[in-house]
Amino acid sequence: MIKFIKYSFFNLIRSYWTIIYFVFFLIISSTILYFSADLTKSIVSMMNIVTVLIPLVAIIFGAIFYYNSREFTELLLAQPIKRSSLLIGQYTGLSLSLSLSFVAGVSIPFLTQGILASDHLIDFLLILMAGVCLSFSMSAIAFAIALKHEDRIRGFSIALFIWFFLAILYDGLLLILLILFKDYPTDYLAITVTILNPVDLSRVMIMLGLDISALMGQTSAVFLKFFGTLKGISISFISLLCWILIPALLIVKIARKKDF
Amino acid sequence: MINIQGLNKHYNKNHVLKDINLNISDPGIYAILGPNGSGKTTLLKSIIGLVIPEKGDIRVNGINVQDTPLYRNEISYLPQVARFPDNLRVVEVIKLIKDIRNQEADEFQLIDLFGLEAEMKKKLGNLSGGTRQKVNMLLGFLFDTPVIILDEPTNSLDPVSLTKFKKMIFEKKQQGKIIIYTTHIMSFVEEFSDKIFLLLDGRIIFTGDLQGILKETLESSLENAIVHLVDRNGNDKIY
Ligand SMILES: Nc1ncnc2c1ncn2[C@@H]1O[C@H](COP(=O)(O)OP(=O)(O)OP(=O)(O)O)[C@@H](O)[C@H]1O
Ligand SMILES: [Mg+2]
Repeated sequence: MIKFIKYSFFNLIRSYWTIIYFVFFLIISSTILYFSADLTKSIVSMMNIVTVLIPLVAIIFGAIFYYNSREFTELLLAQPIKRSSLLIGQYTGLSLSLSLSFVAGVSIPFLTQGILASDHLIDFLLILMAGVCLSFSMSAIAFAIALKHEDRIRGFSIALFIWFFLAILYDGLLLILLILFKDYPTDYLAITVTILNPVDLSRVMIMLGLDISALMGQTSAVFLKFFGTLKGISISFISLLCWILIPALLIVKIARKKDF
Repeated sequence: MINIQGLNKHYNKNHVLKDINLNISDPGIYAILGPNGSGKTTLLKSIIGLVIPEKGDIRVNGINVQDTPLYRNEISYLPQVARFPDNLRVVEVIKLIKDIRNQEADEFQLIDLFGLEAEMKKKLGNLSGGTRQKVNMLLGFLFDTPVIILDEPTNSLDPVSLTKFKKMIFEKKQQGKIIIYTTHIMSFVEEFSDKIFLLLDGRIIFTGDLQGILKETLESSLENAIVHLVDRNGNDKIY
């Protein structure tokens, strides 16, 4: 499997798109740092970008990468190797290269702004963690979808819809849900619904780190009330890991039955 | 060496392979023929483990192909369509495959044979279709395996490469390998086949050698003999 991680990673890291993605983060975070009044505001702006854009890019790259290497995957699978080690290797290589572009692109400007010495270091690390988790999670979802649907148009449509649902639609639906049930205790509902969405989870995780109640949405506030900061962050992090593990297992499961 | 028993395969409702029985144990050259869509690629992919059989049993050297990927150490496979990652260089792809297989390989002789020296540093995305097919062919012949499976190897090769390819097939036969291939070029089959399997709509409708098929149909060329057999089996697909 290590071989496949390596080949996918090095193949991708040289690609034009990875570099664009890196430069994009470089520019965006420099701009945010330049225009925001203080680091807290920068972190919040970064959070909004990370939680919406990373899922989108990861899901699109995941699908593109799978479809583009489709025939080569076939050639590799004709070698004496296990399907799961190839596909998980490719997926891991992809997620690593996405994560590296993101971490490097964001870290350079923040480091030059002295994030290490500031009291926002933890918040910044949480952003990085959230971004990396989202890269791994959403590209696994994209990979699983692409593996399942040979038809590219359909694969892309489903992947994009999932992004739209999780990153855009979900919060609105959650709000409606909470308003509908406002006469009932909705805390458990809010927690459950949040855990069911990796995008919300990463937002909650970052918010809890920032620990500014005024900025928190209702769900983050509920997490804080129920678990406190540390436990809240841990729970969101572990849930995020599940959001990586389950789609990754799904890749293995689909691959086992698939005709290449 | 290769035993297939009662193999069936559906793609959705499309019954692509129907009760295929096939045994290959002696060294030699085996041609799998049939019209487009008759199931040749699907059959070869089932042997190599790319397609999961739904019914039936495929064994290579007595090992059920569903049980372990290791039986593929004995098989070289040339896919019908070859696409490589655009970013990878030819050397890198060869290195990767060698790395995966961990088997003895002599790429230099093949690079020389196909005249690929000048292409080695090029990215695969920038190669011409024919050159890509040569790289594909090189990878297919890289390892010294007892079984060689070739899905339309004659595709888009220029006459010079085709001649070299024929020479290689001949050598492999001399070395006692089992070579299984598909093609639509009948003159090639007339030259290189110890046994022919004719597939039609997922069923093997003829097994035998060149003399056998000519005799059975009373035709003078393989082309006519196949048209004859396809017609006789109630199929009006143009071949
Ligand atoms: N992945 C797939 N999904 C659905 N149907 C498929 C798939 N692969 C092949 N088929 C169908 O299975 C049938 C047999 O295809 P196959 O590729 O085995 O034919 P073939 O004999 O190799 O044809 P050709 O001479 O054109 O290469 C065709 O009807 C094809 O449409
Ligand atoms: Mg075919």
